Amino acid sequence: MIHGILGIWNYWIVIILMMTGLFIVISRHNLVKKMVGLTIFQTSVFLFYISLGKVQGGTAPILTGYKDSLYSNPLPHVLILTAIVVGVATTALGLALILRIKSEYGTIEENEIAKLNTEENSK
Amino acid sequence: MISSTDFIYLALLPPLLAPIFIFIFKNNQNLRDSVGLIGSFISFYATINITNDLMNGGSPTLYLFNIFSDLSLSFKVTPLGAVFGLLCSGLWILAAIYSIGYMRGNNEKNQTRFYIFYSLSIFGALCVAWSSNLLVLFIFYEFLTFATYPLVVHKETEESIKASRLYLGILVGSSLMLFLPAIIWVWYSVGTLNFADGGILNNTFDPAYAPILLFLFVFGIGKAALMPLHWWLPAAMVAPTPVSALLHAVAVVKAGVFSILMVICYIFGPEFMNTSGSGKFLIWASTITLFLSSVIAIRKNDIKARLAYSTVSQLSYIILGGAIATNYSLIASVSNIMMHGVGKITLFFCAGAIYVSTKITKITDLNGIGHKMPLTFIAFSIGALSIIGIPPLGGSWSKFYLLLGAAQSELTIIIIILAISTLLNTYYLLDPVFRAFFMEKNESVKSVNHPLTVYPALCSAFLVILLFFYIDPLLQLVNLIIY
Amino acid sequence: MIDLIAIENHLPALQVVVPLLLAPVAILVSLPFLSWLVALFGSLFCLYSSVSLFFQVSEFGKINYFMGGWLPPYGIEYVIDDASSFMIVLISLMGVFATIFAYQSLKKEINKKSQSKVYGMWLLALGGLLGLVTTGDAFNLFVFLEISSLSSVTLVALGSKKDKRALTAAFNYLLIGAVGATFYVIGVGLLYSVTGTLNIADLTIKISELTANNSVKAGISFIIIGLMVKAAIFPLHIWLPSAYTFAPSAVAVLLTATATKAALYVLARILFTLLFNADDFTVIILQWVLLPASIVAIFFGTIRAIFEKDIKKLLAFSSLSQIGYITIGLTLGTASGIMASFIHIANHSMMKAALFMGIGAISIQLKKSINVDDLKGLSKSMPVTSISLTVVILSLLGIPLTIGFISKVYLLKAVFSHGNWPILFIIVLTSFLALGYAWQMIENLWMKQPVDTTLTIKDDPKIYIPLVVLAVFNILFGIYAYPIVNSAFNASAAIFWKVL
Repeated sequence: MIHGILGIWNYWIVIILMMTGLFIVISRHNLVKKMVGLTIFQTSVFLFYISLGKVQGGTAPILTGYKDSLYSNPLPHVLILTAIVVGVATTALGLALILRIKSEYGTIEENEIAKLNTEENSK
Repeated sequence: MISSTDFIYLALLPPLLAPIFIFIFKNNQNLRDSVGLIGSFISFYATINITNDLMNGGSPTLYLFNIFSDLSLSFKVTPLGAVFGLLCSGLWILAAIYSIGYMRGNNEKNQTRFYIFYSLSIFGALCVAWSSNLLVLFIFYEFLTFATYPLVVHKETEESIKASRLYLGILVGSSLMLFLPAIIWVWYSVGTLNFADGGILNNTFDPAYAPILLFLFVFGIGKAALMPLHWWLPAAMVAPTPVSALLHAVAVVKAGVFSILMVICYIFGPEFMNTSGSGKFLIWASTITLFLSSVIAIRKNDIKARLAYSTVSQLSYIILGGAIATNYSLIASVSNIMMHGVGKITLFFCAGAIYVSTKITKITDLNGIGHKMPLTFIAFSIGALSIIGIPPLGGSWSKFYLLLGAAQSELTIIIIILAISTLLNTYYLLDPVFRAFFMEKNESVKSVNHPLTVYPALCSAFLVILLFFYIDPLLQLVNLIIY
Repeated sequence: MIDLIAIENHLPALQVVVPLLLAPVAILVSLPFLSWLVALFGSLFCLYSSVSLFFQVSEFGKINYFMGGWLPPYGIEYVIDDASSFMIVLISLMGVFATIFAYQSLKKEINKKSQSKVYGMWLLALGGLLGLVTTGDAFNLFVFLEISSLSSVTLVALGSKKDKRALTAAFNYLLIGAVGATFYVIGVGLLYSVTGTLNIADLTIKISELTANNSVKAGISFIIIGLMVKAAIFPLHIWLPSAYTFAPSAVAVLLTATATKAALYVLARILFTLLFNADDFTVIILQWVLLPASIVAIFFGTIRAIFEKDIKKLLAFSSLSQIGYITIGLTLGTASGIMASFIHIANHSMMKAALFMGIGAISIQLKKSINVDDLKGLSKSMPVTSISLTVVILSLLGIPLTIGFISKVYLLKAVFSHGNWPILFIIVLTSFLALGYAWQMIENLWMKQPVDTTLTIKDDPKIYIPLVVLAVFNILFGIYAYPIVNSAFNASAAIFWKVL
C-alpha cells in the first residue's frame, strides 16, 4: 500500500505541479502570473517524461567510455530538450505580448483590461 | 433536321442568355425590352416542336454531364413536363408584352434588374419542367426561389423586404428541412433519382413508410402552397403585377404543383400511390386548404390578395387530383395546370391594368369602372368564369374530370366540398365584375389607358375559350402519362 | 545545377524545410514588396510540391520518407498517402490564395515596421501546418503544432494597429494553445511510456494489442483534448472568435482555411487509423465526447452568429458551426462519414477564405472594421466584390450548384445511411437557421441604400482577383464536383482502416 503510493512519488509531483500550473493560468488575473503558471505546467510535463525515462540503477545518458554501463533512456531527454526550447519560445512570445499590452493598456491585470475594452467599445 | 435535343437547347438558351443582352442594352429601353420578347418567341417555338415530337412518340432528352456519380444534369421531356413547358414559354410571350406596358406605365425603377431576373426565373421554371431526375428538379427549384427573390423585393420598401424574407424563409426552409431529406431518403432506398414511368418506389420502398415520404415531399415543396405553408403567396403580392401574374400564377406555383405531380406520377407511380394508401392524408390536406382559402378569399378586399387566395385554392384542386391518383383525377390535375394558369394570368393582367390606369387596388373601389375599361373587365369575367368552371371555357374540363375522379374513388364528401367551394369561387370572383358593370360609380376616377396592359389580357382570355374547344391535344398528352 | 530528380525525391522534406528557411530570408529583406515576393515564392513552391506529391501518390501509392535517411522507429518519418496529400494540396493552395491577397491587405492593416517581418511569420505558419499534416512521428507533430500556433499568435497580434484587442486575443490564443499543445504532449508521453515508440505507424501496431490499457486510454484522451483545442471544437473553441475578429484580414483568411482544418485531419487520423482496433473506446469518444460537442457547436455557432453585428466575428461563429458539421461527419464512424467530412473540409476552406477576403476588401475601402450595417448599398460602389461575396454566401447556405450543396448532400447521405434521424434534422434545421445571419448580408448589399453617401469607395482589382477566382471555384466545383469528391473518397479509404 505505502509502496503503491510512495513508489510513484514522481507522478505525484508531476500531478501536483500540473494542477498548480493550470490553476494559476486560470485563476490569476495578472498576465505575467499566467505565464508563470503556464511555465510550471509545462515543467511538470518535462518532469513526467524524464522520470519515465529513468532506468533503475542507470546513470545519466552520456557516454562514459566504460563498458557495460547502464544508462537511463536518452530519448525522453532529447524530447524534453525540444520541448524546453518550445517552452522558451512560448514564454518569450508571451512576455513580448505582455510588454505590448502594457504599453497599449497601461496595465497587465486581465480584469482591468477587460473593463477598459468594454468602456472603449461601448462608446 | 433539327433534333429534339437541339430544340431543348433552343428552348432553354433564350431565357438563360437574354439577361446578358438585357444588361448590355440597359441604357436603350426599346432594345432592352425587346430582348425578352424575342427570346420568348424563340423559346415557345422550340417548346411547340418538342411537344410535337413527344406526341409523335419521341422522347426528347438532353444530357449534359454527371454531377454525382450516378446522377446527371440532364433533361427529359415527359408529357407532364411538356404541358408545363408550353404554359411557361407560351405565357412568357404575353407576360413580356404586359411587363413592358406595366413597367413603363408605372414608371418603375430598376427595370433592368427586373427583366434580367424575370428571364432567369423563366429559365428556372423550364428547367424544372424538363428535369429528368429529382436532383435536377431540386437544383432548379431552389434556383427558381432565388431567381424570383429580386422580383418579389423589387420595390425595396420595408413591406417588400419583410414579405421577401417570409417568402424566402418558408420556401427555403421547407425545401431544406423536408424536401431535401425526402430526396436523400429516396436516393438511399432506391439508389436512383431518375423519373420513370410507373414510379421507382414500387419494389424498393417499404409501403408503410410511403405516407411519411409523401408528407415530406408535399410539405417540402412549399411552392405548392399547401396550408399551413401558404403564407408566402399572399405576402409575395407586394411584387409588381407582372411578377404576380407570371410567376405567382404560372411559373412558381405551377412549379410547385408540377413537382408534386412529378413525384406522384414518376417517383411513386399511380399504382404504388394506391397500394400504399399514401394519398389519403393528402386528400384531406388539400381539401382543407381548398376550402379554407376560398373562405378567406371572400373576406379580402384587396384585389391581388383575393386572387392570391384563389390561387392557393386552385393549387389544392390540382394536388387533390394527384392525391386521388385515378386516371380521371390525374387528367383533371394536368389540364388544370394549363387552364388555371391561363385563367389566372388573365385575372392578374386585369388587376394590374386596373392599377396602372386608375391606381385602384381595393375591390370596393371598383364600382362602375367597367364603363371606362370594358375590355379589361370582359377579359376578367372570362378568366373568372373559367376558374369557376363554366362551359364553354377551358376550366370547365378540369372541374368536370376532377368530379369524375372523386366519384371514381367514391369520395362523396369531397364532391360536396368541391361543390361548396365552386359556389364560393363564384361569389368572390364575380363580385368585382358585378361591381364594375352594374353598380354606380363612387366618385370620379381618372383613368389613363395603356393598351399594352390590356391586349395580353384579351389574348389570354381568348386562349381560355380556345382551350375549351382545342382540348384534344391536351388530352392526348395527358393520356401518355396514364397508360 | 539543381538536380530535379533529387528535388522530386525529397519533396516531403523540402515542402516543410523551404518555407522554414525562407522565413528568415523574408525577415532580413527589409523591403515589404521583396519580403512578399519571398513569401509568394515559398507558397508557390509548396503548391508545386504538394501537387506533384499528390500525383505521385495517386499513381504509386503511399510515400514513406525518412528524414535524414534514418529508418523508423529510430528516425522521423514523413508519410504522404491519399489523405495527407489531400490536406497538403488544400493547405498550400489556400496558402497561395491568401498570400496573393495578403500584399495589398496587410499593407493597409499593419504598422509599417512589421510589414516585411510579417512574411517571415507567414512562411513559418505555412511550413508548420504542412509539417503537421505530413509527419509520421508523434513528437514531431507536437513541434509543428507549436510552430504553427506560435507563428499564428504573432500574426494575430499584428492586428493591433487597427484594434488593440488583437493583443489580448493573441495572448489568450497563446495561453490556450500552449495548454492544449502541452496536453497533447502529456498524451504522447503516456503512450510512449506504454509502447516505447513515437512513430505513429509503430504506435498503431502496438496500441492495437493494448486497447484495454488505462494508460493508453488516458493518453489518447489527452491527445484528443489537445487537438480539440487547435481544431476549435466546442467547448475548447474560446480562442477562435476573438482571434479571427481582431487579426488582420489576410491572416484570418490564412488561418480559417488551414489551421483548424489541419487539426481536424490529425484528429481523424488518431480516431480512425491509430485506434483502428479499439472499437469500444473509439465509440465512447465519438458518441459521448465529439457528438454532443459538435451538436452544441453547430447550434451555438449559428445562433450566436445571427445576433452578431461585427461581420468578422459573425464569420468566426459561423466557422464554429461549420467545424461542428465536419466533426459530426467524423462521429458517424463510417467511411462515408469521413468522406463527407473531408469534402466539407475542402469546401469550407474555400468558402470561408473567400468570405474573409471579401470582407477584408470592403474593410480596406471603408478603413474600419465592418458591421453588418456597413454593407448597405455596397453593390453599387463595389459590384465585383459584392457579386463574389453573394456567390460565396449562397454557397455557405448550401444552394444547389455550389460546393456548399455538394458537402451538404454528402453529409446528409452519410448521416442517413447511419440511420440517425435526430442528427439529420439538426443539420437541416441549422442550415435553415444559417439564413438568419447570411441573408442579412445579401439584403444589405443589394436591397438597401448606403448609409454614408459621401465616401468614395471603389472596387480594386488588385484586391478582388483572388476573391473572384475563389468565387468561381465555389461554383465550378459545385458543378464539376468529381475532383474533390474523388480525392475525399480516397482520403477516407486511407484513413478508415477498419475496412481492412
